[in-house]
Amino acid sequence: MPKKINFQGKSLVSITDLSKLDIIQVLKIADELKKEPQPHLLDGYVMGSCFFEPSTRTRLSFETAMQRLGGRVIGFAEAGTTSGKKGETLYDTIKMVSGYTDVVVMRHPLEGAARRATEASDKPILNGGDGANQHPTQTLLDLFTIKECQKKLQGITVAMVGDLKYGRTVHSLAEALRHFGARLYFVAPESLQMPNSICEELKTQGIKFSLHENIDSIINKVDILYMTRIQAERFPDKMEYEKVKNIYVLTPRMLDKAKPNMRVMHPLPRVNEIETGVDNTPHAYYFEQAKNGLYVRQALLGLVLGKL
Amino acid sequence: MDKTLLVSAIKKGTVIDHIVKGQAIKIIKLLNLASHDKRVTLGLNLPSKTQHHKDLIKVEGRELTPAEANSVAILTPQATINIIDDYRVVKKFTCKLPEKIKHIIVCPNPQCITNHEEMDTNFQVNQEKKQVKLQCHYCEKKFNQDEITSYNT
Ligand SMILES: [Zn+2]
Repeated sequence: MPKKINFQGKSLVSITDLSKLDIIQVLKIADELKKEPQPHLLDGYVMGSCFFEPSTRTRLSFETAMQRLGGRVIGFAEAGTTSGKKGETLYDTIKMVSGYTDVVVMRHPLEGAARRATEASDKPILNGGDGANQHPTQTLLDLFTIKECQKKLQGITVAMVGDLKYGRTVHSLAEALRHFGARLYFVAPESLQMPNSICEELKTQGIKFSLHENIDSIINKVDILYMTRIQAERFPDKMEYEKVKNIYVLTPRMLDKAKPNMRVMHPLPRVNEIETGVDNTPHAYYFEQAKNGLYVRQALLGLVLGKL
Repeated sequence: MDKTLLVSAIKKGTVIDHIVKGQAIKIIKLLNLASHDKRVTLGLNLPSKTQHHKDLIKVEGRELTPAEANSVAILTPQATINIIDDYRVVKKFTCKLPEKIKHIIVCPNPQCITNHEEMDTNFQVNQEKKQVKLQCHYCEKKFNQDEITSYNT
């Protein structure tokens, strides 16, 4: 038995804060909580929920996670309800909230805000997204979902599709999958391909990857098809967008060539990049994926509060 | 002979020598040498035995601290620092890349929290191949040395 890692009192700001063993332990505990809920685990604990910018999904997922473990939630959503407009610093707001609570979950539009918050708080900070930088619980729920639907994490093949240049979700997932020897396929229009800096890092770590321009050429090879949204405003030229937008829309017909175990994931919300017809195929897994966020966040709350 | 003259021509202070050509003006900015009343002499594109051309800075009446000297290394890793007293070199050392640089660098990422809150910056310094890379402790972005354009003083 590997030694249990002690998460008590620790913050989670970046996926790179976690070692491979840390990740495996979080996923294992999330799995236990999914199978056997613990409605009184965090009785008497209070979570501070600080959403300096709105993110209904992440907020509901964290708040539900806390409440379903028996804990309570205080906090605010959207900039302006506290601080911000009054000119209060992030540091002061977090210092105040951490004085009332046992753990603080936060989302903030600026990059590095969660790291800064750890300096103001003697309670654990869980980062629910800091601008374009990190959103580690999304990455953990992605890993959990891959493991759940493929029965393993080691050596799987994953295609990431869509806006890979600006997509923080796919950057962190690629970063985390390097622990597990994944084979990666990056499918994107040339102008939105995976940034060079990330490709270089994968190379030095010996992770195999290749770049592609359409889904058709790789769909028969992969275990996971990770779809993301392409935003029109990312294209300097609207004509260019019109040309590529349909190439990255997944239709039921395209799934004919997929392996039986292949599952489609998406961080949601989707706009039109997955046709609703895909929902009824055995390949669709994005709603399960969203639900898994609950268990991963429960696992983290229980761990950093020293109750698991 | 040239060199002796250049290095020791101040009574007391610091001479930063063997600066990579073109970096001296940035170092003046980095160390905020222009905004106090000490005399600073700047040499650009000087002949050098070890480099093709080099820059050189002489600061009168001020001894650079090791931390200041090492922060120079992010701009010019091979520079030598000469501490002068009574026209003589009393200490000489090559600056060394520090592991971390606090406060001095302004993060070039406009979305970084350090540009919106009154706080110190903190950069992790890494030598990658021949490039010096600086990673912001907060926004986690990595920058090449030449992407850093402003400094806190
Ligand atoms: Zn930064």
